Amino acid sequence: MSLDITVHSTLGDFTLDVEAKLDGPLSVLVGPSGSGKSTLLNVIAGLTWPRSGRVTFGDEVWFDSGRNLFVKPHLRRIGYVFQEGRLLPHLSVRSNLKFSRWFRRGNGPGPQLDDIVELLDIGHLLDRSPRNLSGGERQRCALARALLAAPSLLLMDEPLAALDEARREDVLPYIESVRDRYRIPIVYVTHSSDEAERLGDEIVSMRQGRIEKIERRARA
Amino acid sequence: MPYLSPDETTAILLSLKIASIAILASLPLAIFVAWLLARRQFPGKSLLNIIVHLPLVMPPVVTGYLLLIGFGRRGPFGEALEACCGVVLSFRWTGAALAAAVMSFPLTVRAIRLSLESVDRKLEDAAATLGAAPIFVFLTVTLPLALPGVLAGAVIGFAKALGEFGATITFVSNIPGETQTIASAIYSSTQTPGADATTLRLTLIAIVIAAGALALSEYFARKVASGAGRA
Repeated sequence: MSLDITVHSTLGDFTLDVEAKLDGPLSVLVGPSGSGKSTLLNVIAGLTWPRSGRVTFGDEVWFDSGRNLFVKPHLRRIGYVFQEGRLLPHLSVRSNLKFSRWFRRGNGPGPQLDDIVELLDIGHLLDRSPRNLSGGERQRCALARALLAAPSLLLMDEPLAALDEARREDVLPYIESVRDRYRIPIVYVTHSSDEAERLGDEIVSMRQGRIEKIERRARA
Repeated sequence: MPYLSPDETTAILLSLKIASIAILASLPLAIFVAWLLARRQFPGKSLLNIIVHLPLVMPPVVTGYLLLIGFGRRGPFGEALEACCGVVLSFRWTGAALAAAVMSFPLTVRAIRLSLESVDRKLEDAAATLGAAPIFVFLTVTLPLALPGVLAGAVIGFAKALGEFGATITFVSNIPGETQTIASAIYSSTQTPGADATTLRLTLIAIVIAAGALALSEYFARKVASGAGRA
């Protein structure tokens, strides 16, 4: 992956001031709350429209304030796993997954539904409503949904933060197997340095809207 | 309905027809306007808000008069409609439906707007990241989640349309079998000596319909409050 980001954006009294090149394949943005890591992720996703800067992914330009160019999130071919899952509450789990397959754009055949369902062990959840899932189940379904969009880039915003310690340990291996199986570049946001150490090929430390350091590491 | 005279039955059925058509025809526009007011920022937004709400606060006779000027056979819109589509509104039940739609519009828009505002925008963002274009996000996420509010708006608008009197009688008069609704039939019977029984029967029916619609609308509104957009 090659994700180039230059952003300067002020939102209220918070300023995001970032210049970085992420190589992945799994880059972790780590930092205390309020350090701007989720905002940066939303800039990459196109859910936040920064005042000025430039974002490119590979040879695609997603945002360039100089040319007044902004690619809307639905055209960026990303997958996004949110902290609270954000499964659509009026649809069953199965329909949530189908929703994502239905709207996905290009990128060849992409991951197969049966494959993902098996990998993430969610077959028994397909006919349930998202309202009746535990936290860990919900996050696995949200991950499946994001993968079924056949993304070129997978974004994860503290996917384990809403879970208790034991559940985190349950879900982490699934994230690792997705990383190893599908080889989709991932940008992963967390405030836990344990998760960062465990998952990251590249650890980006953020503080107060700035990047303090980028550390590349060999995977354990 | 053994206790109702044929004229009374006609007025009731006509009222139901007029109110149903008025709501069904105006609902798409009401949803669109509610969405504009709930979600978009644009110049003239407060003006649009005022125009939409005017029929709620103006004397109904003023609304009826404006409709008469605009949509009467000599009015600019009325003439155009007759020329292009052969539709005549003045002194027809279709005109009564237009009057009912205009008068109920503010109430319908208000209810739908509130329910659109209560839909969690984070879910819309999530749908966008999955590749859904804005129009599909609206149709597959926003609208289904706001549905109880849309239904509440439609029902309260229907009740308002059934009871509409001032604008209707000004615009399309009070012609039995064509434009005489429950409300205008009650008005006529109060002007007729010895028609007290008719007045009473129609009044009771009007109360029952209005109370039923209010209860149904409250039911949907509670669903909005308890359900919308929560995973």
